[in-house]
Parts: sequence; C-alpha cells; structure tokens
Amino acid sequence: MTTCFNEMFDADAVRQPYARLESWTKAMPDALRHMKQAEAEALFRRIGITFAVYGEGGDPDRLIPFDMFPRVFTAREWGRLERGIKQRARALNAFLVDVYGRGEIVRAGRIPADLVYRNAAFEKSVVGFIPPKGVYSHIVGIDLVRTGPDDFFVLEDNCRTPSGVSYMLENREIMMRMFPDLFRENRIEPVDNYPALLRRTLASVAPAKCDKEPTIVLLTPGHYNSAYYEHSFLADMMGVELVEGQDLFVEGEYVWMRTTEGPRRVDVIYRRIDDSHIDPLCFRPDSMLGVPGLMDVYRSGGVNICSCPGAGVADDKAVYTFVPEMIRFYLGEEPILNNVPTWQCSKADDLKYVLENLHELVVKEVHGSGGYGMLVGPKSTKDQIERFRARIESKPSNYIAQPTLALSTTPTFVDEGVAPRHVDLRPYCLVGDRIELVPGGLTRVALTEGSLVVNSSQGGGVKDTWVLAE
Amino acid sequence: MLSRTAENLFWIARAMERAENTGRLLEVGARISLLPSIHGYRSEWDSLLQASGTAEGFDRKYDAAVARNIESYMFFDGDNPSSVVSLFNQARENARIVRTALTTQVWDALNMAFQELKQLERRPRSELELTEMTDWVTRTAALVRGSINATLLRNDGFDFLNLGYALERADATARLIDVKYYVLLPRVEFVGSGLDNYQWMTLLRALSLHRAFHWSYAGDITARKIADFLILNPQNPRSLITSIESANWALDRLAKSYGRDMDVQHHARMLLARLTATTVEDIFDEGMHDFVTRFIDDTAHLSHCVWENYLTGDVR
Repeated sequence: MTTCFNEMFDADAVRQPYARLESWTKAMPDALRHMKQAEAEALFRRIGITFAVYGEGGDPDRLIPFDMFPRVFTAREWGRLERGIKQRARALNAFLVDVYGRGEIVRAGRIPADLVYRNAAFEKSVVGFIPPKGVYSHIVGIDLVRTGPDDFFVLEDNCRTPSGVSYMLENREIMMRMFPDLFRENRIEPVDNYPALLRRTLASVAPAKCDKEPTIVLLTPGHYNSAYYEHSFLADMMGVELVEGQDLFVEGEYVWMRTTEGPRRVDVIYRRIDDSHIDPLCFRPDSMLGVPGLMDVYRSGGVNICSCPGAGVADDKAVYTFVPEMIRFYLGEEPILNNVPTWQCSKADDLKYVLENLHELVVKEVHGSGGYGMLVGPKSTKDQIERFRARIESKPSNYIAQPTLALSTTPTFVDEGVAPRHVDLRPYCLVGDRIELVPGGLTRVALTEGSLVVNSSQGGGVKDTWVLAE
Repeated sequence: MLSRTAENLFWIARAMERAENTGRLLEVGARISLLPSIHGYRSEWDSLLQASGTAEGFDRKYDAAVARNIESYMFFDGDNPSSVVSLFNQARENARIVRTALTTQVWDALNMAFQELKQLERRPRSELELTEMTDWVTRTAALVRGSINATLLRNDGFDFLNLGYALERADATARLIDVKYYVLLPRVEFVGSGLDNYQWMTLLRALSLHRAFHWSYAGDITARKIADFLILNPQNPRSLITSIESANWALDRLAKSYGRDMDVQHHARMLLARLTATTVEDIFDEGMHDFVTRFIDDTAHLSHCVWENYLTGDVR
C-alpha cells in the first residue's frame, strides 16, 4: 500500500495540532508509561467500563484496549467536519420522512424504488406516520476516515442505535484524571455535556399528547447484552430509568413502567434494542425483549421511540451510495463530506469490476456490522479471496465493494514505544428540535501493525479525541 | 423506583443473608465432625442440609453425607442454588443489573467477593481449610453489609435491601428452629443429660449465638430460655421478633416516603404485635412445631405482599 497520511508528522515536522504532544511523549520514560497504562486499566475495571462477552468462558467482563496517545483536530478541521456531519444528519432525516411519506425522491428517479421499498429495513408499519418534529433518527453516528490533511470520507452512517459514546466520555474522564497537565497546556473543547444534550434532545421530541415534563427511559435488551455497561452509564448520566421490556406495558393509549409506586407513564423511549424486538405483536412474535402493543401507542402519538422504528432504511450500506443525492435533493446543497466510491454488486457492471479486482478492494455485506463478514483484499490470502468470491457470486446483491483506503495513522503507544496505527472516527450527532454535535467522538485504532480493521471485536482499541479551541 | 430495581436489591440482600447462613451452617458441621459419631453424626449433617433447604438436591447428587461432599455441595456447587458460590454470583449479577442504584463501595465489595471466590475455586480442595472458607463468608458478608450501611443513600432502595435482609433472616432462624424443634421439647429421659446440652449448643452455634446466650441468661441452659432467646428476645439480632421488627422498620419508611400504607405494612404490624404479646408458655402450649410453621407461613406471606404491593408495579 502507498504511504498513509500521518496526522502528527509531515515528513519530520510535527503538524500544528500535535505540537505540544511531542514534548509530552519525549518526557515520558517507558516505566512511567507502563505505570500509567496499568493505572488506566485499573480505572476502567474499577468504574466497570467493560463489554460483556458471554458464552466464551473466562471472565465475561472484557476491557477494550485504551491507548493513551490522544488524537487531535484543530478548530478549523473540526469546523468543516461539524458542518458536514450536521448536513448529513439533516439529509438522512429528510429522506426518512420522505420515504415513509410521499416518496418524492423515488418519484424523481434519484434513488431506485426497489432499494427503498423492498429493503429489509423498510418498515411498512410506519408508512404515513410523521414522528414528532419530523425526526426519525435522533442519534446519528457517522463513521469517518481520513486520507489526507483535508480529505475525509464517510464510511457509513448509523441511524439506529450507534454505540460507543460512553467510551468517548470515559476516555476523556480518564485522560483528565491521569494527565491534568496536558489539559492545562492545551485548550481542549469539553465533551462532557453530551448526556445533558442527549436528554434535552430526547425531551424535545416528546409526543404531542405529553403535556408536562416528559418521562424518558432507556430501553435495554438486558444485562447480558455486550453494551449493557453503556446503557446503564447513559441512563445514570441522564438521570433516567434503565428499563427492560418487562418493565413496560401498554394500557389505554399510553406506555407505562412498573414502579414501586405503581404505573408511571412513559413519554420518550430511547431504545437500544433492534426494530425487530420492539413489539412482539408487530414484529417478531418470539421476541422476549419488547413491549406488546408499543407500536400502536407509538403510531397514535402516545409515546416516541428514539430512534424511530424504520430509521434503518437510511443507513443501509446500499442506500449509503445515495446520501450525496439526498443532500442535493432535500437541502439543495453540495455534500461537504464525501462518500467512499462504492460498487454495488447487485449491478452487473459493478459486480464484474469487483470480481476482477477483489485483491485490492474491501468487500462488505450490505447488512453486516462489527467488522464481520468482510474481505480486505490487500490483506487476504489467495485462498480467502477465492472463498469470498464464491460467497459474492452466490448472492451478489448482498455485497458492496470499496477501494482500500489509505487510512490515516496517528501515533499510538505500542510495546516498543510510539508507532503509527490506523484510525477512524465516529462522532455522535444529536437531532431533535435542534441539531447538536459535541466537539469530539470515538476514535478507534487498529492496534495491530498495518491492520485496517478498528472494530473492538477484531482487536481494535480506542483513544481520546481532542478538538482544540480557537 | 423501577419495580425491577427494587426486586434486584431485595434479592441481593436475601442472597447475602442466605450465603452467610450457609457459611454458618457449614461451620457447625465442621464442629460436629470433630466429635465422636455416637452423637448422631449423620443425622446432624442431615438437619443442617434440611435447615438450608438443600437436603433433597444433595441426596440426588451424593450417596454419603460425609464432610467433604457436604462442603463441596454447600460451598462450591453451582447446581445448588443455596451454595455460597451460587449466592454470591447471584448477588453480584443482580448488583450489575442495578449498578447505578449502588455506591462504588457496595459494588466494590460485591465485585471483589466475586473475584476472590474465583481464586478460592481454583485452589486445590486439599489445601483449603473449611474454617478459612467460612471465615471468608462471614467477613465478606459483613463487608457488604457495612458498605451498605455506611455509604448508601437512605432512599427506598436502602429500604428494599433492609427488607430483604430482615425477611431472609426471619425465615432462616425459623427454619433452623423447626429442624431442631424436637431438641427443645421437654423429654424426661434427656433432661440434664450431656446430649441435651450438646444439642442446644449446636443450635446456638448455628446462629452464632452461643456466647451471646450466656450474656443474656443467667443460670442453667434450659429449653425454655433458648426458645425465648431465639424467638422472643429483642436483644438477639437473629431472633424472630428482631427480624420482624427490622422488616417493620423498612416497611414503615417505605410507607412514609411513598405517602401511603399498603397491605404489607398492615400484615407486618399484626405479626409484630402478635409476637410481642406471645410468651414462651404460649409457644410450648401451642406446640413449637405448629408455632414455627405458622411463623414461616406468615413470613412467606409478607414476602408475597412485598412482591404484590411493590414489585409487580401493578398496584394502583
């Protein structure tokens, strides 16, 4: 692969945002670094920031590796990202309201009807329904990669229930605790108002029938879920109840939660369970996680569900290709952030190209996530490529392909000292009556040398992400 | 408070109290095994298994009620829901679910216990003295209880924890009395014999009360004094009346903070009033077994009322 953009070093010169970090690393002897790393790990364990893995034996509580070397953006760099992210979040929501309404974008021929209406994530039960404030996706996680000083690409959108924001908050918390001097020397924008903003956003989309301060809850699949820590953390930080399906029931026109003082009406549900589990009467009858009758209450305006059922049709990897079109169509603007060029294996021409160039492409399942079910051509053996080829040929429409991007690197602590490792970025955009974005996000880092896969399930770690004040 | 949160807290307390109880029974068992078997070795172990409600499960798994088997079953066995390991795992998992309703100190105590138990489990059984195990249980249970008392917000969550502790303790003491009730029956041929004294001391030891008893009652040990101590003495931290008093205390606080009385407060007050008015003579007249059986039913009914009034979330 060609040389990658290094966010700290331009040849031998240190790029401006990292200027003060060079002396910081130089002044840190190995022994101190190891001590600090151990301290960070102890803090994570102590606070209980783990993700749970059941059924594999051993301690179910695992830590995501934390890298102490921060990733830094200047105010100018962030300003452009912020505009691009908010623009995208607006367009995605406009798209959702449209496709569950009149479907103008389809009628205008800007996106194929099949791709929308026959999409597995298209939710027929909400056709014709406009959620409060016209917002379907209240938390939009946009995965970005960088290839040059000004070159950012959107890798994918997450309109349903993007996770990881607790790491953004806790990474910062732990960095501030361990290296207060760094924060005195650098002027770093704070991120700790995220829970308050999230709460505000959720309250701002309370249903019309709610005539008082809305009662908000966070709906989790339960304590066996790998993201349970994040659910309980966010509920705690927002000061809202963390509920499971069994805690809620429908009676009359409302949803209620079971409390020690009797039923209490619930107005806004921030759900961290999939669409298909929300309501067994509407979706999967075998689901134990949801609330029977919830969808009826939702459609009659008795409760809001964030993100709304059906929001997933906007973050499908095949629909992704059309997001720049959405921005032009609904906002009349040019996209500030670019998509990665993408080949749709469902199209004959694209499929032909993909199959001929597998060795240099990244191929993904349309509905896949978590770094599973993907092929990184340049990093794969002939055998792996051939096996993947057979899978694509058997069901082409299930795959998309993208060029293997030269992901940027940032300095990362490794056994031998500091070395460049590939990173991506997931900021969390909040959409309610306003659009908010805290200056930061989750930087994921591929800890293995040369690896491009940053997912925690595949050996990735996380970093604190800084945006410097003007 | 979410009903499920209250339920989890209630069961954390019950599990911790029960674990402590299991630990104490094991300790007594170890003591018995040091004595010549003429005193009914098998039947003593049996009564301990029965007091912890695990006799049936044990018999299904083991042939012989020998010390090693019983230790494994009551301490380590994951199949036994009343084993120390099962109960600590349950308490810790319940705590993880309601992590935000607990302080760091309480969580630390439960989480540390979980990690330490894992280490105990890894050690070869031959190197593990029973006293070390039972000491660990007593110490850890006290640490959890102490963290709750010292650090937890005095809100409804605190009350549900205390309620769990109180009802579990009431039940445990009652069951132990019931298993051994015949020991307290006046039987002419045994009175004053060594067997009597020994049986009574076993009963007191199973409740960690053998020294407290002598501080509270002068003179000879008699069945009457023991019954009074275990059932009606409000100084005894494990007596039935003390446990029901604690339950009332927690329930009254709940009624006050929620601004209304429920069935459960009514039943709890009635039960306490009845106990207060009872004398040892009444108990022996009614028959110890009948009295204790009725008490166990009353306590179970209180638990049921707690569930119905607070934990279903259905009460209007």
